[in-house]
Amino acid sequence: MSLPTLVNTATDTVSRYVEAFKMHEGQVLNGSNAQVQGTRRAAIERFETLGLPTPKAEAWKYTPIARYLNRGYNLFLGQPETSVSARDVQELLVPDLDAHVVVLVNGRFDASLSDIGALPKGVIVTNLAKAAEANAALFNAHFSQYASFENDALVALNTAFVQDGLFIHVPKNTVVEKPVHLVSLIAANEDLLVQPRHLIIADEGSRVKLAQSARALGGTKTFVNTVTEVAVGRNAHVDLYEVQDDEPNVVQVNGVHTHQEDDSHFRTSFFTFGGEMVRNNVTIVADGRNDESHMYGLFLGHGKSHIDNHTYMDHAQPDCFSNELFKGVLSDQSTGVFNGKIMVRQDAQRINAYQSNKSVVVSDSAQMYAKPELEIYADDVRCSHGATSGQLDQEGIFYLRSRGLTEQQARGLMLTAFARDVVETVQIESLQVWLDQRLLDYFRRL
Amino acid sequence: MALLDIKNLRASLEESGLEILKGVDLTVNPGEVHAIMGPNGSGKSTLASVLAGREDYEVTEGSVAYHGEDLLEMEPDERARDGVFLAFQYPVELPGVSQMNFLKEAINAQREHRGEEEISAGVFLKLMREKAALVNLDPAFLRRSVNEGFSGGEKKRNEIFQLALLEPRLAILDETDSGLDIDALRIVADGVNKLRAADRAFVVITHYQRLLDYIVPDKVHVMVDGRIVMSGDKDLALKLEDQGYDWIREESVAAV
Ligand SMILES: Nc1ncnc2c1ncn2[C@@H]1O[C@H](COP(=O)(O)OP(=O)(O)OP(=O)(O)O)[C@@H](O)[C@H]1O
Ligand SMILES: [Mg+2]
Repeated sequence: MSLPTLVNTATDTVSRYVEAFKMHEGQVLNGSNAQVQGTRRAAIERFETLGLPTPKAEAWKYTPIARYLNRGYNLFLGQPETSVSARDVQELLVPDLDAHVVVLVNGRFDASLSDIGALPKGVIVTNLAKAAEANAALFNAHFSQYASFENDALVALNTAFVQDGLFIHVPKNTVVEKPVHLVSLIAANEDLLVQPRHLIIADEGSRVKLAQSARALGGTKTFVNTVTEVAVGRNAHVDLYEVQDDEPNVVQVNGVHTHQEDDSHFRTSFFTFGGEMVRNNVTIVADGRNDESHMYGLFLGHGKSHIDNHTYMDHAQPDCFSNELFKGVLSDQSTGVFNGKIMVRQDAQRINAYQSNKSVVVSDSAQMYAKPELEIYADDVRCSHGATSGQLDQEGIFYLRSRGLTEQQARGLMLTAFARDVVETVQIESLQVWLDQRLLDYFRRL
Repeated sequence: MALLDIKNLRASLEESGLEILKGVDLTVNPGEVHAIMGPNGSGKSTLASVLAGREDYEVTEGSVAYHGEDLLEMEPDERARDGVFLAFQYPVELPGVSQMNFLKEAINAQREHRGEEEISAGVFLKLMREKAALVNLDPAFLRRSVNEGFSGGEKKRNEIFQLALLEPRLAILDETDSGLDIDALRIVADGVNKLRAADRAFVVITHYQRLLDYIVPDKVHVMVDGRIVMSGDKDLALKLEDQGYDWIREESVAAV
């Protein structure tokens, strides 16, 4: 199917998308899952009411999201015309990673490029559109339960136009040994708004790891508005790793919304190698006892890139542990933003919650804004947070240079050391090795 | 030609302009070992830093010729690649910087400078083991971060280990003996003696005559208040050990 033409007279961004919704609701957006249709309608209404976040909105203070969205990206509602080749996919595969590979092109599943392979009994790794039909009851029990669009216009926009993405379901006590590897490609000949939607459901006692990489091919501008929902059941373990590539023509808002039940573990690490604008919105609701939650990120700003990590750790139940570390290296005229909030609710006693943000600013014109927030209503809580931003240790640089390393080499070693502990949070060895190599290459060029 | 020829070197702190070196003269020939002694704060480490190229100091007068070339014109890393080595009085800890990676890059930087090929992994490992044995450094240290958590003595031994690995033409040892126990002192001194060569010179900064029992110097200099005020042979060190610095201060004042 080719792209539906948008005969759209509305001028402001919100009305443009609302109009588009009305025009296409009866066509491509019309799946057979009635509940999803209802959710979509509620989402577009909410989007219209909320409007785009203004710079006055605290959550978007340093990231003028409307300015990007107002560029007039076209909605992509069609099927991909795959000019994408297996070689394009190959370049994004983590070397030596034996995985179940799912490929999305412009947010839509591409069966011919994917290589899911044999899965353990009962495990579903498929695309969202298919799961919404074939596994409707399961899908409906989780879809739009964790990524609330009540106060989030971008989640609302994504939900209103939801079409496709990755769907994973791991049944009770099942371990998916090989990671699922999601490769997302953008290949377009016009400026697009692409809105993938992923849903990961890990039932009691199950385990699964997801590694993601993404790239835009070609020079058109793209706005990627992704929403991922993760349901981590009792005593389940879910890892989610994301490598965000260096693409000056891509703006992305990436929401990861996780819900944890008792005794569960969730871990996520983001590696952002640049991009015009990247906003990661991570929310974790530790809604069970004895949960462990880990959030990590490494962001490398260069050129004019703007990288914003916005996290929300919500401790709703007692006896939990959370750890959060975001590190950044900012060069050229790049900007880094970190906003991390830890919420400890009244009944959530005996919580250990740690948060740290460290950045190295290697150029005079680069900037870092950090805002840690604690909101604690329980009294038996151990929390710590800290944000530091500074330059590289000149004594260290001199020491290395005094042994013959150039300033650039010296800086590279020091920065690699700085980034090391974030890379070490990755629990997939081949992904760690790949990241190490990529970081070395990146810091060498700095 | 002298390996190192320092003439009337004056240097001040970049930040405050405070003058620390007030006209240093020193000539070191290939194959020689020179000791520099002198009271705390007299400028010994500053001289070493200026020779290594630390940017906190500004040279306001004088010259430093290194095998005939203007050393002060060279970047710190160029100096190192060209054979200048400073064993630091206080080696820095670099958490997370792998000692292996660092030394491999250091060796390759030198090799590149000399137009040689990169060192192979096998040769590198062999070299590391061999040089570590020279200063009795446990090879396990090589797998750690640079100086991180090393004891004072281990840091000093690590400096001499690097010296052995990089085989400089001019090695400056800034109080490498402080913080070493008696055995370590002998090990380090033996290591240095093994590295003595006709085309290599050492400048050894120390407070203790004891080190000079092991590393016998060709010349001993005394630095007071930013100047070398007296030079002699190894017996000068013995006299200093015995009598302290007061008599020198008096003589040097009298001489002015
Ligand atoms: N970066 C600096 N900032 C401030 N003062 C300095 C700096 N470097 C050197 N100085 C001062 O210059 C003087 C000489 O210092 P230097 O370290 O060279 O002495 P030294 O002879 O090595 O002493 P020691 O025997 O104690 O090691 C001292 O008074 C010291 O405080
Ligand atoms: Mg000193």
